[in-house]
Amino acid sequence: MSLIRFFKTIFMIDFLTGLIMAIKEIFKPKKTINYPFEKGSISPRARGEHALRRYPNGEERCIACKLCEAVCPAQAITIESSEREDGSRKTTRYDIDMLKCIYCGLCEQSCPVDAIVQGPNFEFATETREELYYNKEKLLENGDRWENILAANINADSSHR
Amino acid sequence: MAELLIFFEQIYRILFLLIPVLVSVAMIVWLDRRVWAFVQKRRGPNVVGPFGLFQTLADALKYIFKEIIIPASSNKVIFILAPIVTMTLALIAWAVIPFSETFVLADINVGILYLFAVSSLGVYGIIMGGWASNSKYPFLGAIRSAAQMVSYEVSIGVIIINVLLCVGSLNLSDIVLAQKDLWFVIPLFPMFIIFFISALAETNRPPFDLPEAEAELVAGYQTEYSGMMYAMFWLGEYANILLMCAMGSILFLGGWLSPIDLFPFNIIPAPIWLILKILFLFILFALIKAIVPRYRYDQLMKLGWKIFLPFSLIYVVLTASFLMYFDLLPGN
Repeated sequence: MSLIRFFKTIFMIDFLTGLIMAIKEIFKPKKTINYPFEKGSISPRARGEHALRRYPNGEERCIACKLCEAVCPAQAITIESSEREDGSRKTTRYDIDMLKCIYCGLCEQSCPVDAIVQGPNFEFATETREELYYNKEKLLENGDRWENILAANINADSSHR
Repeated sequence: MAELLIFFEQIYRILFLLIPVLVSVAMIVWLDRRVWAFVQKRRGPNVVGPFGLFQTLADALKYIFKEIIIPASSNKVIFILAPIVTMTLALIAWAVIPFSETFVLADINVGILYLFAVSSLGVYGIIMGGWASNSKYPFLGAIRSAAQMVSYEVSIGVIIINVLLCVGSLNLSDIVLAQKDLWFVIPLFPMFIIFFISALAETNRPPFDLPEAEAELVAGYQTEYSGMMYAMFWLGEYANILLMCAMGSILFLGGWLSPIDLFPFNIIPAPIWLILKILFLFILFALIKAIVPRYRYDQLMKLGWKIFLPFSLIYVVLTASFLMYFDLLPGN
């Protein structure tokens, strides 16, 4: 042990430097946010809660091509479809098991009409499992509620697709 | 009738001491977490009550409603007794702490010995908990804790001898009054540092929190405890830390005395000064928790036996010869 090292140990120089640094850090601005009251920014590509979108005239976008069902790696999506009176193919059932879903975003990418999208909402915790078995009504309702943000996000990200 | 009156008066005095201590233990847990968070540039608990002050009460309430699990292979009586012992020993020591010249629950003549004895007994709660759990992590944690606390008590004892040499009395009030002119932290500064570090080891605080080193021992002697029993260990631990801070401020920082006997300082009531000194020491405890890494076990033992013990023994000789030479020995 060199002499300098010895005196550093005896007078706890390293420790005191650390202590002074810790006291300085106390008065610096916080790096964390006060979560439930303030929220961090979310990327337009964020893969949160799913939503089924509509066209501006109120028609559902989904054409029941079942690409999302096919691509879903967790097999969380279940679709049944039939022909409507006007001859268009529409879903009669569109379920997502949010507990199986791994939030990979492949459904969103595979959708040819931007019908199924993942919105910025990540705060959809529930008290029971059953509430997380989303059906078509729930997904469409999500789409209606988040439409402004969803459209803006798709627009913001369109140049990268 | 008169006896009954005295009895109730005593009960009232005990409650008047115990309840503030328990409340301040709760506050101190909050302060600890808050300081720790601030050093790491986090916010810490800030939701329950003003600035999150009631966080500990909320936690305690949660613990009360949790199930107490007693392992099937444990020694049930000792298992249940352990947290009670820890908590009780942490609280009874407060009886001799003088908050001012008149306000002390038991002004016994061997106050410092009593304090030392009770804080040494604290190891029993931990050993009982670790042994009775009948499981390997609590057992290892308890062994470590016992060895560590016993080793550092030795140096704390020698440090106390230093102070006693300067005072000539074991009464805590006398120890405080002897510091009227000069706090012992100035002549005995190295002893104060060693006392502080030993207090860290004695209360199993970082960097000496080996008994509950979560990376190796899950939670040490607390591993098998849950619910209110865990909370009692936890409150007892913090009560012990507070007690060590109180001991440090009485032995070295002049207890309830104000720093200078001048106008703006000496109108502040005596207990406030003691509380401020305890808080100062505790904030140091909390800061240290935030900045230091955990010691290795052999380093801990080396520090205790090979450095602190000889150094404080040498200092005893120095203090004694200094007092002898300048004829400053108390009682002369």
